[in-house]
Amino acid sequence: MEILRKFRDRKLIQAVSKSIEKIAKKLDYVRIMHVCGTHEHTITFFGLRSLLPDNVELIAGPGCPVCIVPAREVDEAIEIVFSGIRVYTYGDMYRVPGTKMSLADARSEGADVKVVYGFNDAIRLHMKDRKKSVFFAVGFETTAPTLAAFISRRLIPDDLMILPSFRLTVPIMKYILSSFDINIDGIICPGHVSTIVGASAWSFIPRISGIPAVVAGFEPLDVMLAVFSILKMILEGKPRLVNEYSRAVSWRGNITAKRYVREVFYRADGEWRGIGRVKRSRLLLRKRFKHLDARSRLSVSVDTGPEFKPGCRCADIILGKAKPTDCPLFMRACTPDRPQGPCMVSSEGTCSIWAKYGGYERIQWHYD
Amino acid sequence: MKIGRIDKGIGVFELDDGSTIPMGEMHVVISTDSYTVHPLFFPGGDIGKLAAVGSINDVVVMGAKPVAMLDAIVVEEGFPMKSLETIMNSMLRVLTEEGVALLGGDVKVMPRGGVDGVVITTTCIGVTDKVITDSGLVPGDSIVISGTIAEHGATIMALQAGLEVEGELKSDCEPLTKVIEIAKSIGEIHAAKDITRGGLASSLNELAEKSNVTILVDEDKIPISENVRVYCEMLGIDPLVLASEGRALIGIPSSRAEELVRELRKAGYRQATIIGRVVDRSRYNVLLETVAGGRRILEKPLGEIVPRIC
Repeated sequence: MEILRKFRDRKLIQAVSKSIEKIAKKLDYVRIMHVCGTHEHTITFFGLRSLLPDNVELIAGPGCPVCIVPAREVDEAIEIVFSGIRVYTYGDMYRVPGTKMSLADARSEGADVKVVYGFNDAIRLHMKDRKKSVFFAVGFETTAPTLAAFISRRLIPDDLMILPSFRLTVPIMKYILSSFDINIDGIICPGHVSTIVGASAWSFIPRISGIPAVVAGFEPLDVMLAVFSILKMILEGKPRLVNEYSRAVSWRGNITAKRYVREVFYRADGEWRGIGRVKRSRLLLRKRFKHLDARSRLSVSVDTGPEFKPGCRCADIILGKAKPTDCPLFMRACTPDRPQGPCMVSSEGTCSIWAKYGGYERIQWHYD
Repeated sequence: MKIGRIDKGIGVFELDDGSTIPMGEMHVVISTDSYTVHPLFFPGGDIGKLAAVGSINDVVVMGAKPVAMLDAIVVEEGFPMKSLETIMNSMLRVLTEEGVALLGGDVKVMPRGGVDGVVITTTCIGVTDKVITDSGLVPGDSIVISGTIAEHGATIMALQAGLEVEGELKSDCEPLTKVIEIAKSIGEIHAAKDITRGGLASSLNELAEKSNVTILVDEDKIPISENVRVYCEMLGIDPLVLASEGRALIGIPSSRAEELVRELRKAGYRQATIIGRVVDRSRYNVLLETVAGGRRILEKPLGEIVPRIC
């Protein structure tokens, strides 16, 4: 807790805020994007946007691994569970709507859906109940290695299949930076993902896009330092990659984790909810592990349908083109108790974070 | 007579901690609640103590002296007699210490599986010459808290997560009679509320909304014990939404607030402190200056309180 206290020290943070203000005076409007739900949590929970000058904007990009799973893949899990096979899923994924319903709805109609905290929970339950089942595997680079290690070491019990819906953040970052209609001046790279992929995975950002990138941790001081560092690089006209989170992230990342993932999965083009097709952004099981793949073993086929409810602006919010407060449904028809779109369902979704922790616009505070 | 209220008393529509029946110069204050908690026994108390303390506190924060209680207990068939005795004894111990009479009650047994162990409903009755509401805050008031927050909620959450908490965490379940007595002796209390489900966030929002004011809170000033901080950090839960069962918020003119804190500390409430102040109504109920110095809206707790997973 002692170390945490330092990273949350009000005086230190205010000092950084002052330095940010000084640099920002010399700059035009600056848009900085992060791509991690936990960063958005830190920014909103600690009210960091209120500590930034008016011309510095922090934008939440696609940082929620649950929000971006296409409705079609949720439908696949639902079709599987209605065919009488048990489906294990994470709590966040459980409530995300597909085109017609969510796994939670399926369960209330009698389907066998079990919520687990991790893959080992699924294995434990499977060993106890010995029921034909499927693990709905979602997540970014951070969650794939655990599952890959189980598969590589042949620790998957019979009759437990995998429905892989992993997505990768490095390819989506490339996609965003090459889009014409998203103007970003700097990137805060995701800390958790970077512990696996290594800081080096982001070196393309300054090299190809010519904008600064900072790998940052999840305490308020981490984020403020990242903003400071990005502004400084913009001012000096020397965009580089900086690793602010060196207490957890190495240059090359977790070699063992990456080896497991490479051994078990290959990269394929993948759909992202609200975004569309992104090159080499999805992990699928290699041929020698096909016997574990629920899609090939169960020949799942689903119709396509609408990804979002009418009015829902999740698609724009996921890409950072809109804020939750720009959505007509936000906190009216769509609340954490009655979520209409994926960004409000997941605890890592931008809408859910803003709703729970009072994100909204910069707070007017004229009481000093 | 109107349904939901007696004369000018406080009734069902105010959604206050309890209701009042005007009796000439005096008011009878009455409050009822059902208690279910899992596990039934926890460090710092059990469901019996909780049931007695909970309803007593609802009456106490309305400014009344609690005098009598009624209870109704529903027990699952096969529930160990010995455990039931322990629960009853903890309840009676609170009543004896507080000088509250148990005037009557009822026990029912339900078939196995029909109820989870024991469910207790208590009704507490108190009297006062001056009712304190949770809607009387005015700009210029300070908000005083009587002690550290989230002890009860953190204890129960940690136990439910299967963690060992003995010696680390302890429920704060205790009567607030003395706290309110001290506050009344200083006088000029504008509002009071006990912090229960929904935690500090929920109680502050209710106070502000009902009083039609905005409350500014300094997160750095909110007393939280080191152990609660560690558990909340570990479980990924915001302590501001976790329940207390023996902590009060008191709204008092700022000129008297320091004095109240001093008196509370003298009486053993060492962590009592001023956590915020009341200003004219803006579009928000509660604004929080966070530990990091940033500012945000402190929302009512929404959705399920689930530990964040990543």
